[in-house]
Amino acid sequence: MLLNLPFITVVIIMALGLYAMLFKRNLIKIVIGLSLIESGVNLFLVSLGYRNGGIAPIYTNAPSTNMVLPTPQALTLTSIVIGVATTAMLLSFCMVIYRHYGTLDSRKVRRLRE
Amino acid sequence: MSKIVRTQASFLYTFVLIFGFYIVAHGHLTPGGGFQGGAVIATGIALVVVAYKFDEIKRRIKKTSLTAAEGIGLLSFIIAGISGIGVSFFYNWLANSGLLFGESVTYGINPGYLNTAGTLPIMNLAVGIEVLGGLGVIVLYMLHFVKGGERNAA
Amino acid sequence: MSWDYFLNHSPALIIVIPLLAAFATPLIGRFSRKAMYIWITASLALTEIFSIILLYGVHTEGTMVYVMGANPYNLSVPPDSGGIPVRIILTVDSFGAFMAFTASTVALAGGIYSIASEHSQTGQEKYYALLLLMLVGMLGMVLTGDLFNFFVFLEINSLASAALVSYRIDKGVAVEAAFKYAIISSIGALAFLFGVGILYGEYDALNMAMIAQRMKFTDLDKIVMALFTVTLAMKAGAIPMHYWVPDGYGKAPGGISAMLVTASQASLYGVFRVSFTVFGLSANTLTLGWFLIILGVLSMFVGVTMALIQHDIKRLMAYHAISQTGYMLLGVGVGLATLGTAAFNQYGLAAMEGGIFHIINHAMYKGLLFLTAGAVIYRVGTSDLNKMGGLAHGMKYTTIFFMIGALSIAGIPPFNGFASKLLIYESVYQFNPLLSIIAMIVSILTLASFVKVFHSAFMGPKIYDVKEVPKSMLIGMCILTFFIILFGLFPNIAMTYLVAPAAKALANPLGYIARVLGGGA
Repeated sequence: MLLNLPFITVVIIMALGLYAMLFKRNLIKIVIGLSLIESGVNLFLVSLGYRNGGIAPIYTNAPSTNMVLPTPQALTLTSIVIGVATTAMLLSFCMVIYRHYGTLDSRKVRRLRE
Repeated sequence: MSKIVRTQASFLYTFVLIFGFYIVAHGHLTPGGGFQGGAVIATGIALVVVAYKFDEIKRRIKKTSLTAAEGIGLLSFIIAGISGIGVSFFYNWLANSGLLFGESVTYGINPGYLNTAGTLPIMNLAVGIEVLGGLGVIVLYMLHFVKGGERNAA
Repeated sequence: MSWDYFLNHSPALIIVIPLLAAFATPLIGRFSRKAMYIWITASLALTEIFSIILLYGVHTEGTMVYVMGANPYNLSVPPDSGGIPVRIILTVDSFGAFMAFTASTVALAGGIYSIASEHSQTGQEKYYALLLLMLVGMLGMVLTGDLFNFFVFLEINSLASAALVSYRIDKGVAVEAAFKYAIISSIGALAFLFGVGILYGEYDALNMAMIAQRMKFTDLDKIVMALFTVTLAMKAGAIPMHYWVPDGYGKAPGGISAMLVTASQASLYGVFRVSFTVFGLSANTLTLGWFLIILGVLSMFVGVTMALIQHDIKRLMAYHAISQTGYMLLGVGVGLATLGTAAFNQYGLAAMEGGIFHIINHAMYKGLLFLTAGAVIYRVGTSDLNKMGGLAHGMKYTTIFFMIGALSIAGIPPFNGFASKLLIYESVYQFNPLLSIIAMIVSILTLASFVKVFHSAFMGPKIYDVKEVPKSMLIGMCILTFFIILFGLFPNIAMTYLVAPAAKALANPLGYIARVLGGGA
């Protein structure tokens, strides 16, 4: 049960993110929801490679050789970097939208439909 | 911001920069690397940005130099990758060669030698430069909107 | 630096060249605008040349394996790795090379076209850097042999595309479209990454060949399969998940709309690659095939009916792009549904060939149509069809190019749309006559829709006093027209050298796996 705790957290975080994306009207909150889902996926990747009592997979002054898997950590780092780029871009979009529309309410940001 | 914050910020700025460069330079030995170190350095920029007035920052930190850092970092990363194309793309030809970063190291637990790992530290440096430029530009542009842009738009 | 060297390293070089060009563009653009244009054109042309070298390579050597950072370059399974492929592995089979050729051709046309169409915009060096990055994303997606790298290149492609959609801010409307596109593609990519994580946890591998070999097809794998196909079909713009397509395509600059078509097709490549190579050996291909067929038929029919009522020229074309994506899903879906049965050799393979041939044809003619739409908007300043008219008086070449594109999309001989559609009709008719009839009806509706566009935009009395568009835009359109006419008049060339090997490579996952796990030797 205790080992499943990270995966339960993953589901909770992703559900929260999905909730924010589906039901919140503010565009920035939608971006926050996306970031939450991303954190959930990252946590999922990291917990996949976890090993009981394992240390960080770095040989420099390592106390033991019982290490967690390095590959999921590399995947997570890549995913975090991509996430930073995505979030920065989406927030800049929000800023431009606010400048032109004067609002971030997704019910009012719909000039495309006209 | 108040004078206390400004003084603290200019004092801490140096240390944040040094810490960031430490993370970048030891990327192949300890946790961290180009992206993390670059992000720390960009935090330093954000610190200054929060503390000082917008006009002053615009005078001190140039957007063009940050974008140039971004371009140069990316270019040197890809050139470090191409340099091994004699064998294959991203081939680590410097490792164990005895040249720069070319000391050989035995497999297993070691105290950490800086002069190892071949092209990896070079790539870390390149990524560090790129990330500090990129994140710095993002911070500055967003600030431009919050502090300076609002005035112009209104 | 011999010929063999370039041939062996072409899978990496084709990605490296646009990447290097993209990073150098902002620095060159700082010094001289003109040098930047030459730089962009040269790098795009070089990428195109390398895509042809890649086609030659897979034609002579079969599936190519390139391992980044390995010594020698094709050592996918080092002796001390215990039989597991390590490092970033690029695996280029005929289908991948075919997609790379499509992507780089449209990018070349779009890049040259943009020189004139965007000449008065600010921030051009960023525009071209992003355009090249978008090409890198597409090429990476179609050439990689690794699921995680596929995700990385998918994200590169989505971020660059979203930024480019917003390029002309257009009072915030383009940014709104880009926001939608970015959210949709990020969610899709994250769901894809989640699936990759599950597969990694199960099979301890990220390489597609390794996963396919170890695949046990448990219930968890079914979830992964659903995640992969649905998210990638969403990025490809299949019908229930199509809502971002008209906005994204409609608001992007002309050259980018053309490239977005190939970006969607790179995701379509992902759907096909995952369902054939990764799950094809163990999954129930009949069910998966029918899933693709239903998606395809829905996309075809709903796309074209939505297109009929549009009065914005680019939105209309975007709905047609959805509709045409349906043909590819239908063709390849029939191939997947019959995979491994006797029917596959009777008509399944032909249907797949039709679907794959339609990919390149659609990229060419829909690219051309988007470029002509961009040219019209460039001169007239509006995208509303009701406000246009009589443009044929001033824009002779654009009118001719539009006619070629429109006849081709409607499947009229002797243009290339006819060749692939005929192949799909014939083979799908043997599988299920109803599907073939729907496809024909959709084709007729497409023709009707484009007759309407042609009439309201180009025919009638002279309303606007317009000149022909600048030369570079015409050159961009000319490149695509060349391929449309070439593939239309000599479909055998495309069939023998491009399409048939691609279909055979896709239908042969065992060959793919053997090539990667055999160390590429």
